[in-house]
Amino acid sequence: MTGFAGWEMPAQYQGIRAEHLAVRQRAGVFDVSHMGQIKTCGPQATELLQRLLSGDLRKLPKGGAQYGVICREDGGVLDDVITYRLAECEYLTVSNAANHERDLAWFSSHARGYNADVIDLIDRFAMLAVQGPEARAIVDELADGPLPIRMRVCERSVGSRPVTICGTGYTGEDGVELLLDPADAPAVWDALIAAGAVPAGLGARDTLRLEACFPLYGNELSEGRGPIEAGLGWCCAEATGFIGSDAVARTRKSDASASGPAEKSVPAQRLVAFVLDGPGIARPGNPISQGGTVTSGTLSPSLERGIGMAYVPAERATPGTPLTIDVRGTERGATVHRKPIYSKEA
Amino acid sequence: MADASYPDDLHYHAEHDWARVEGDQATLGITWYAQDSLGEIVFFDPPKQGATVTKDSPYTEVESVKAVSDVTAPLSGEIIEVNETLADSPEKINDDPYGEGWLVKISLSDPSEAESLMDAAAYEATLD
Repeated sequence: MTGFAGWEMPAQYQGIRAEHLAVRQRAGVFDVSHMGQIKTCGPQATELLQRLLSGDLRKLPKGGAQYGVICREDGGVLDDVITYRLAECEYLTVSNAANHERDLAWFSSHARGYNADVIDLIDRFAMLAVQGPEARAIVDELADGPLPIRMRVCERSVGSRPVTICGTGYTGEDGVELLLDPADAPAVWDALIAAGAVPAGLGARDTLRLEACFPLYGNELSEGRGPIEAGLGWCCAEATGFIGSDAVARTRKSDASASGPAEKSVPAQRLVAFVLDGPGIARPGNPISQGGTVTSGTLSPSLERGIGMAYVPAERATPGTPLTIDVRGTERGATVHRKPIYSKEA
Repeated sequence: MADASYPDDLHYHAEHDWARVEGDQATLGITWYAQDSLGEIVFFDPPKQGATVTKDSPYTEVESVKAVSDVTAPLSGEIIEVNETLADSPEKINDDPYGEGWLVKISLSDPSEAESLMDAAAYEATLD
């Protein structure tokens, strides 16, 4: 067990590599109950969330899910979240455990003046992620109706317990996430294991998300970085006027006209994926000789090579660009890789 | 993975290292407890032959998927041999920490240092 943001969480059950490969090849189940949930509801819930979230909520239908970031005025990222639209004027936002209290305070302070309620539901939900090529078949067997497709959400009974099922995940595999009453979670967990899902810990969750190049708040994302340099421009709809949209728009514009005269003294950095050319494992904080820093690094159980993500000068962000990483005094060659590092087609 | 064991013929350091002393030489490795705490070891970059190791100071690293850990020298001396097979099979450190998973052999600069190390029973008592 390992401590994180006040939670005791399983880092591994049988071993990170075995759990990782089980998710890639069959199915694993993760207890991610540390994730936070914030309900936003009321006649002006959509207007409020449109200020708080970077995505275009007009494109989020009832029963849909949308990934986005929460920005400060200066564009710094406060959190990255998934928001489910449960009803016309009812949303559920899933936050990172370490940011949940701050998110909640941010939502509540901005809710003044809106006819909308912000409700903390972190204690009301356990969360299980079932991921892998066989994940849907396993949950389907226990469910009383069809599962939601990718980026959709619906209410079902799973193992005779009421569950909000979401077609989302953090592994690069197909699968679903289940939000349910904590009192029901042990029974549903046991049913999933009995149906063939392998218990997987947060160590495997990290190697899986890194192969899939999903950013992790605290590593790739922080208040000091904006979504554009993190490669999250795709989830930012500046025209909606969300908090921070002006700053995001400026960065996007300077990014697009990078060939013009440089006005900034510090060159813009970009988040890239990399694979080490030889043996070794880069770790967060390792400096890169050509500029920049490793934000995440591990051994890829799928590739059996050191992989990671790093912020590098924008001109070095093209796949194929060589990097030299200082791994605790040893210089190790790496190459910028297209994202994701691992995909089924590769 | 093997069951917990702490052979009687070894000397133990509180940082979970062992030394098998033979005359003025010693073989060094990490204990069953250390490898079990680290989990699967996936990378070992052997130190250089001829390098000096100093008792109580880190002399090399072992890496699990999640983290890198320093390995502390239980005794002082000069590295005369490294276990090259671990570069391709670091899992030997998990599978056989006192046998095929040995890390280095050193020539001892001060064999009397071994007197300050623990025997198996004393080391095991520190693990509770």
